[in-house]
Amino acid sequence: MDQTNKPNEITNVVRMQGIVKRFPGVLANNQVDFELRRGEVHALLGENGAGKSTLMNVLAGLYRPDGGTVIVNDKVVNFSSPRDAINAGIGMVHQHFMLVPSQSVTENVLLGLDEPRFRMHLPRYNRKIAEIAGQYGLHVDPAAKIWQLSVGEQQRVEILKMLYRGADVLIMDEPTAVLAPSEIEELFKTLRSMTAQGKSIVFISHKLHEVMEISDRVTVLQKGVVTSACLPISSVTRADLARLMVGREVVFRVEKKHVEPGEVVLSVKDLQADNDKGLPALRGVSLDVREGEVVGLAGVAGNGQSELAETLVGLRPVLGGKVIVNQKDVTNKPVKFGIRQGVSLIPADRTQVGTAPNLSVTDNVIMKKYDQAPIGQGWMVNALEANKYAAELKEAYDIMVPTVDTSVRLLSGGNLQKVILAREISSEPKLMIAVQPTRGLDVGAIEGVQRLLLAQRADGAAILLISEELEELLSLSDRVYVIYEGGIMGEVADGDIEKIGQMMTGTRLEQIEMQGEA
Amino acid sequence: MTQADSTKPIMGFKLPFKMKVEPRVVDPPRWYSPMLSVIAVVVALMIGALVIWLGGGEPWKVYAHIARSSFGSVGVLSDTMVKAIPLMLVGLACSFAFRMRLWNIGAEGQFFLGAFGASMIVLLPVLPEEAPKWQFIIVMALSGMLFGALWGFVPGFLKAKFNVNEIISTLMMNYIAVEWNNFFIYAVWTEGGFQMSRMFQRNAWLPRLSDFAEAIPVFRGLTTHMGLLFAIVAAIILWLVLSKSQWGYEIRLIGDNPRAAEYAGISISKNVILVMLVSGALAGLAGMSEIAGVVHRLQGAISPGYGYTGIIIAWLAKLNPLAVILVSILFGALILAGREVQPSGVPTLIQGVIMVSLIAIDFFLRNRIRITRRVEE
Repeated sequence: MDQTNKPNEITNVVRMQGIVKRFPGVLANNQVDFELRRGEVHALLGENGAGKSTLMNVLAGLYRPDGGTVIVNDKVVNFSSPRDAINAGIGMVHQHFMLVPSQSVTENVLLGLDEPRFRMHLPRYNRKIAEIAGQYGLHVDPAAKIWQLSVGEQQRVEILKMLYRGADVLIMDEPTAVLAPSEIEELFKTLRSMTAQGKSIVFISHKLHEVMEISDRVTVLQKGVVTSACLPISSVTRADLARLMVGREVVFRVEKKHVEPGEVVLSVKDLQADNDKGLPALRGVSLDVREGEVVGLAGVAGNGQSELAETLVGLRPVLGGKVIVNQKDVTNKPVKFGIRQGVSLIPADRTQVGTAPNLSVTDNVIMKKYDQAPIGQGWMVNALEANKYAAELKEAYDIMVPTVDTSVRLLSGGNLQKVILAREISSEPKLMIAVQPTRGLDVGAIEGVQRLLLAQRADGAAILLISEELEELLSLSDRVYVIYEGGIMGEVADGDIEKIGQMMTGTRLEQIEMQGEA
Repeated sequence: MTQADSTKPIMGFKLPFKMKVEPRVVDPPRWYSPMLSVIAVVVALMIGALVIWLGGGEPWKVYAHIARSSFGSVGVLSDTMVKAIPLMLVGLACSFAFRMRLWNIGAEGQFFLGAFGASMIVLLPVLPEEAPKWQFIIVMALSGMLFGALWGFVPGFLKAKFNVNEIISTLMMNYIAVEWNNFFIYAVWTEGGFQMSRMFQRNAWLPRLSDFAEAIPVFRGLTTHMGLLFAIVAAIILWLVLSKSQWGYEIRLIGDNPRAAEYAGISISKNVILVMLVSGALAGLAGMSEIAGVVHRLQGAISPGYGYTGIIIAWLAKLNPLAVILVSILFGALILAGREVQPSGVPTLIQGVIMVSLIAIDFFLRNRIRITRRVEE
């Protein structure tokens, strides 16, 4: 291509042309073009699975593209590792931090570098790192140990790592997903200070208001294809971006029969609980779910959703408040008590919580039935009954395995989710708590899962759907609660995405309505 | 992850085929895992042979001698069994705990406490000296199991309540157990200043095959004792529990994924304590059967590291209680061979090599090697 040789009028630090990246069964990037100017924040917008992270992983040297060229500072590059990328001045801050908890900030920054050689000279490097941190307003104590730091501070360490290595281009992969609002403000200040000093930033996100606030230009990806490239942010509105990102004006709705809600099945009153670090995660959550109702819980990840699910089924101690299921108090009762009351949980983590990887499909589907007739008999597990039961579920839920003796670790994500759904639904739950039930599944599997959930609703089960995918929440739920920092911000029944968005960022429903009246 | 590709020419020489290691996508057949164990043993024997050969010995003669001196006649077979009995019980103790991924390294200490608990019945004395043999057997067995279980309970409780790493606590408990016994044989129950107790009276001995020599003459001089029966019964019970019972299902589930077990409403702390109790009781029974069946007194050197060998046996048997019996007999033979083969380190060396081969060969359970003919480009 001859255009690569032409000098650019405006300094493009990075240009990616015709990037193609295939994964088994998925075309993650299809002929994607991208460019980044010096001193700009360029947002990369798209839904989950649109190919944003894939594209940036190519730029950061983690993936090799199947096609296309990457040009950095007017030179065609071919990175084979992140080290090559950082040598060319490109650094990526991932969603999941890669830090050693027991070591100090400085030690983490220095990790993997050739300097210092033998003696650590920690005070000297502490000063050096504090200097860089000060330059960009990254407030963090170089001598502090990582485990003592908040998530926001840890992210600053990741940024420092990249700056120390001389990165001119910083790729931030959904940096705000893990941050509290005040920390987001802090981060944005840092980003502005960095661009003012000539650094360039790629800001990956699917949150419109953040993109509108921080970026100079935006590129929108949808299903691996660029739908609009390098739009100046001043020329678009939020609604435009939403349309470009989702690709359709209205939210797609699943066919859903009308079901008249019945009795209250789950009633949560002023629930309080701590997270794993012993900090308050739920600060007085109250909500109701009725028979034949799907109630959505919207919120940015890490606002107490997973703690709520665990608390409701008895996996996490309740510190205050009450959980009532079918008029029975299940507060701080053992998990098994809840199971007997017809409480069922589809956990967010299919492999870490939902299944036992090296046990067979049979052993996995009897997990909550092994001690009840007909599978549990006296002190024994009746293997014949268990296998019969598993074979029935395999048929009914179309689980693709050669035999029910297969270890579940060999199953694909969709099939694994079918195993879990089969187990949970066949227990005929009165209350089903589904956490991110379609995350990471392909379109066909997602539809199947959603159909199963709606069938449960039609059968009169009460369903609490906890999800970060607004579209899914809106299309499945009859009502949506919004959680923010462990508190319910409000409830909407008409699927008003504007209101939900505002509540997800910490505005209470009452405040929104007052503003509306004013 | 494990992509070892031999497509690159090795030292300029191109192999006529490609070898690729790839993760298995289907479960291997049932016979595959035991077959790998057998291969591991064969490989270990071959490495042992190499060492013997390098040391100037004649490997096949040595092995033939080992085989003869362990299985060659009814007499030596009986001796092999005597060596195998404590290994069986200790191997079962380890297998049971390991099934739940509870790393009980303390079978050695539980063995010593079991021996102490059994001796106490005779030496304290708990039962009068002239009590009938059946009373002694039952009470000594129960006491041995109780003390072993107690020694297992401590780390189990610490793990359940305070999440203390059981590997460290069980290991440390071993040293305490040895010193505990030493206190009694040096001070309390010492016989004339020697570091051993008095010999137990005959009605506190486990019956041996030779006791029935009058009725069945073949049994003359055979020292295999009732501990063998204990071990076989324990193995069958354990197999039933692990593969058929609801409790066994809970143990397997916790072993594979504790978080999934918790989510299914199974109490992990309760099971940690229960499994440590049973595991300790089995190791304690091993100590009791060794004291009442072989040594007939409490003394210092009652175990050449049975508790640790039990770990190897458990792994070699793939944590299958029935296989533990067979593997223990093999190891009993190796221990017996120790006094026949000079230098006697060779059988121990083979044990170690077996362990290493076993761990290494597990790779093939998770991965497969595909050999394809190289197509000329």
